[in-house]
Amino acid sequence: MTEKPESPKDPSIRPDHSDYWRANLRLVLRCLAIWFLVSYGCGILFVDFFNQFRIGGFPLGFWFAQQGSILVFLVLIAYYARAMSRLDRAFDVDEE
Amino acid sequence: MALQTLIYLVVGASFLLYISIAIASRANSTGDFYVAGKGVHPVANGMATAADWMSAASFISMAGLIAYLGYDGAVYLMGWTGGYVLLALLLAPYLRKFGKFTVPEFIGDRYYSQSARIVAVICLIFISFTYVAGQMRGVGIVFSRFLEVDVTTGLLIGMAVVFFYAVLGGMKGITYTQVAQYCVLIFAYTVPAVFIALQMTGNPIPQLAFGSTLVDSSTYLLDHLDELVTDLGFTAYTDGSKSTIDVFFITTALMVGTAGLPHVIVRFFTVPKVSDARRSAFWALAFIAILYTTAPAVGALARMNLIETVQTGPVGDPEGNLLFSERPDWFDTWAATGLIAFEDRNGDGRVQYYNDSDPAFAERAASYGWAGNELTVDPDILVLANPEIAGLPNWVIALVAAGGIAAALSTAAGLLLVISAAFSHDLLKSVFWKRISERGELLAGRCAAAVAVCLAGYLGYNPPGFVAQVVAFAFGLAAASLFPAILMGIFSKRMNREGAIAGMLTGLLFTLGYLIWFKGVIIEPMAADIPENWLFGISPEGIGALGMLLNFAVAFSVSAFTQPPPAPVQDMVESIRIPRGAKTARAH
Repeated sequence: MTEKPESPKDPSIRPDHSDYWRANLRLVLRCLAIWFLVSYGCGILFVDFFNQFRIGGFPLGFWFAQQGSILVFLVLIAYYARAMSRLDRAFDVDEE
Repeated sequence: MALQTLIYLVVGASFLLYISIAIASRANSTGDFYVAGKGVHPVANGMATAADWMSAASFISMAGLIAYLGYDGAVYLMGWTGGYVLLALLLAPYLRKFGKFTVPEFIGDRYYSQSARIVAVICLIFISFTYVAGQMRGVGIVFSRFLEVDVTTGLLIGMAVVFFYAVLGGMKGITYTQVAQYCVLIFAYTVPAVFIALQMTGNPIPQLAFGSTLVDSSTYLLDHLDELVTDLGFTAYTDGSKSTIDVFFITTALMVGTAGLPHVIVRFFTVPKVSDARRSAFWALAFIAILYTTAPAVGALARMNLIETVQTGPVGDPEGNLLFSERPDWFDTWAATGLIAFEDRNGDGRVQYYNDSDPAFAERAASYGWAGNELTVDPDILVLANPEIAGLPNWVIALVAAGGIAAALSTAAGLLLVISAAFSHDLLKSVFWKRISERGELLAGRCAAAVAVCLAGYLGYNPPGFVAQVVAFAFGLAAASLFPAILMGIFSKRMNREGAIAGMLTGLLFTLGYLIWFKGVIIEPMAADIPENWLFGISPEGIGALGMLLNFAVAFSVSAFTQPPPAPVQDMVESIRIPRGAKTARAH
């Protein structure tokens, strides 16, 4: 295709986006921490501990492994998509 | 109406629907063919991604596998959904901003190297063919049972349909066909689940029924199930028998593999904007979650149904087992496919189903006069046979047939498309014939898709294992090769050509070697596939996660001793990190 490179050739006039990138990385790491805790933590590594508790007919660890983690993943992506849109606007890098 | 007529009618109607959609939205340019002109709405793309993603393995095999594995089945549930978090957070928005057609194209540009691109094409072809073989096998199973044709004829029909709309419609055609296929498959999956949940627990929502009490009793379903299976010598349903490290590694391999699957990644190239790529990942997971939270409920209910059908009275009572002469009809219909088998080992005319590989229980069973497990049920048939086992009306059975076919076809089409794009765009246009016209490239893409369909059909006819297991290997390969290369390409400006190529090759060869060592795809396995032989206790299904770690380690070491990437490449990395300026393919 005939797409041209986005960034200008002269580095001196290129805007600095390092603050935006750092804020993005912080957000990503926060989300991934939750992702890890819920699936690997509650569902795998500490599943026996959580299985002492119950919600309804589910042992809690088992519930996290087979239901809960999926729901948390969904909420996480929704949160990330919204937070990123805010971040894009705040740093003025959103798509017009 | 007779069941067979109904099935022909429903499946035929669904084929007609897919083909008319494909004709209405056929591809006219390479942009249409590879990425649907980048004009797909995020919700529609989410739905198409869900159908693309949920394969015959998800629809047909997963609930059955969970039914047998119990808690351990969580590796599939978490693995195949958690990957979307990685996709949405780490890959999709940046690759969309990059704004080209294929995954190898990104790797080739980012690592300023044709060799890197070719290595990526090789990884992609390994992954996609492994995966597509599983789909074709799924198509064969569904056809052989429901259309009462043999597996070969079934395969040929499936190939013809996929050929028609993938070759004609390209990405644009399959995207809108997949939207329709999603609707068919999710309806087909949830309707029987609701019926069965209602029958057994009185709660129509499978996700809640799963944790409810049984009808006319105050016992929770899961407690009852735990008791049933342990009485027959199996591991408790809510307990696993895999080691923690193995569960950890399999989950990781599946998650990372999901994020590294080319046919999933390429779906995020089709939306208009970077923010749409993030939103689309949400919708994709939302549509997937409907099936993935239903599946474990279906698994538990199916396991219980099966055991209660066979074990009609107390365990050990000479009259406690189903008389073979009183077997339900579905025993015979499925026995014809060879996926369910009964052998009266102790000659009492009754069916005993129990865990005879547990020595302690086998001894007890011997005292009952049982001479070994007599019933083998292939996990692949549980979902398909479930409506029959639960005695649901015929139209539900017909619907499940159409749903299973939709799941297999949609994934096969998506895979065939990335394979054909890899040939026509990444090999032919970029390496062998740089001046090929757009029309020529489009034709080459169609021919490549046609050849890929035939190869996939052959692989489906001679499958290297059963559906979900074959598919699981594709994830290991994706996790170990493509995912790290893409991730480092976005998040590390210092990563260079030498590091990325060395890393990809290490990951691919290590993982492939380990798989062949234990599973012997072409050759005889070199060692028995048992935990004692595994490296650190990691099974072949989970080895991709270790391959990924090796990939990272090799890539960073090699790049530390070689030249950093040139300035224009570093600028490109800067630019894909910023959403502004993502163009649609229509803008020029």
